[in-house]
Amino acid sequence: MTRYRGRGIASVNYPIGMNLGGDPSQALVHSNPSGKFTVALSSIDLGQGMKSVTRQICAETLGVPVEDVYVDTADSDTGPHCMGSFASRGTHRVGNAVMAAAREARGVMMEAAAEELEVNAADLETDGRGNIHVKGAPHRSISTKDVAIAAQFKQGKTISGRGIFLVPLSDVDPETGEMSPATCYAHACLVAEVEVDDETGEVDMIRMDSAYELGRALNPRLVEQQLVGGAWMGVSHALYETPEPYYPEPVHGPRDFVEYLMPGPGDICPHDIAVLERPAPDGPFGAKGPGEMCANPVLPAVANAIFNAVGVRIDDLPITPEKVLRAIKAQGGARPQPRR
Amino acid sequence: MAKTALQFQHNGRDVAIFVDGGTNLLVALRELIGDMTPKFGCGQGGCGTCSVLIDGEIHLSCLTLAETVAGRSVETLDGIKDGPNLHPLQRAFADNFAAQCGYCTPGMLMAAKALLDRNPQPSRAEVVEAISGNICRCTGYEPIINAVLAAASGGRARA
Repeated sequence: MTRYRGRGIASVNYPIGMNLGGDPSQALVHSNPSGKFTVALSSIDLGQGMKSVTRQICAETLGVPVEDVYVDTADSDTGPHCMGSFASRGTHRVGNAVMAAAREARGVMMEAAAEELEVNAADLETDGRGNIHVKGAPHRSISTKDVAIAAQFKQGKTISGRGIFLVPLSDVDPETGEMSPATCYAHACLVAEVEVDDETGEVDMIRMDSAYELGRALNPRLVEQQLVGGAWMGVSHALYETPEPYYPEPVHGPRDFVEYLMPGPGDICPHDIAVLERPAPDGPFGAKGPGEMCANPVLPAVANAIFNAVGVRIDDLPITPEKVLRAIKAQGGARPQPRR
Repeated sequence: MAKTALQFQHNGRDVAIFVDGGTNLLVALRELIGDMTPKFGCGQGGCGTCSVLIDGEIHLSCLTLAETVAGRSVETLDGIKDGPNLHPLQRAFADNFAAQCGYCTPGMLMAAKALLDRNPQPSRAEVVEAISGNICRCTGYEPIINAVLAAASGGRARA
């Protein structure tokens, strides 16, 4: 028995959101008489951080502290329409809608503040700490709470805003067939190192090194969390998970978590990640979003690493020990490829 | 079928309930006592999110007959914080971004607590072993392992 090391690389060019235009999401922002703001969405936070990022985008746009923004999500009865949390579209699509809604709400807030301070709204700015003051004269100030109270009980104004983000439809050029499938792309490159056992066909992950370019990382810790976890979902798809091994025949499919294989804590390996930020012109504060791309480059990188290790090219997933072993046997033994 | 009277300690408090024969501890905790912190994941011992401590030892509550805890001490996630103060493990999970969707988190925390209670300075391999009965889809385990190591006494874990 010999264990062979191999290294594989893969790069992805990942379109954010659904292709060819459309793909709308909406957001509504309103102030409460306490001077706090609520964002109503029907987008769902599955744990990726949609709520945190929404809060940050809204607070930044309004010019208020992040603590002053509440996010009410995931109820399509009370929130405005969203296509959903998929296709890596949350930060970009929903974020843009939140930004538009917050911008409109900010306009009303500044008008209400201007009325209270008896100045022109264009002469006002927010300090990001819950106050609005005259530019260059911070002592001529009013708190967002007092503005909210004045708007609600005195001026009869709703400090609120509506936002929608809709990608223009992309027509196909009849001459060339050319179209613009997506407005922005994220990118990733991942190197996987594996060890393949030529007696059992088992593949162990040794390490991963990756670089992800995802526009501005609005919340770097959440981005890192998604990249770490997402890469393991990629490993899981590459080596373990299959709902129906004889698809479309459902026979011998897993029936529970004991039979449905996923990597456990003992199967993980070191993963070094570099995040590159190239802000997207049409992203909220330049963000594109990590999303599904976290998992994508892992699969081809692992397949390439296995080829590099033992010279077998497995092109259907998951790459189980059985497939690797059969392929090694078929070519009469492991054929390690040169390492570069 | 006649119900059985059952008394045990739930997070340090004496509780008395009536259970049908065959009721598992997870159902007893969630439906009869109203402690929703142990989660129902697979119901057959494959995922670990229903983990609780019985007399300090980690057990899968979905596979434990409720009647077997008579007179014993059952500890759930609901009992590990100290009033408004989070348990050091909970704090470490938050600081290390060790939860995303959060469904595995109650079981992970209880498995980690069982470990640290008997071994306050575990090695990384011991942490991996301790949470190996719990599955997580979101995190890739790395942040969870780091959180447990950070929570281990003084954050000085053995290599």
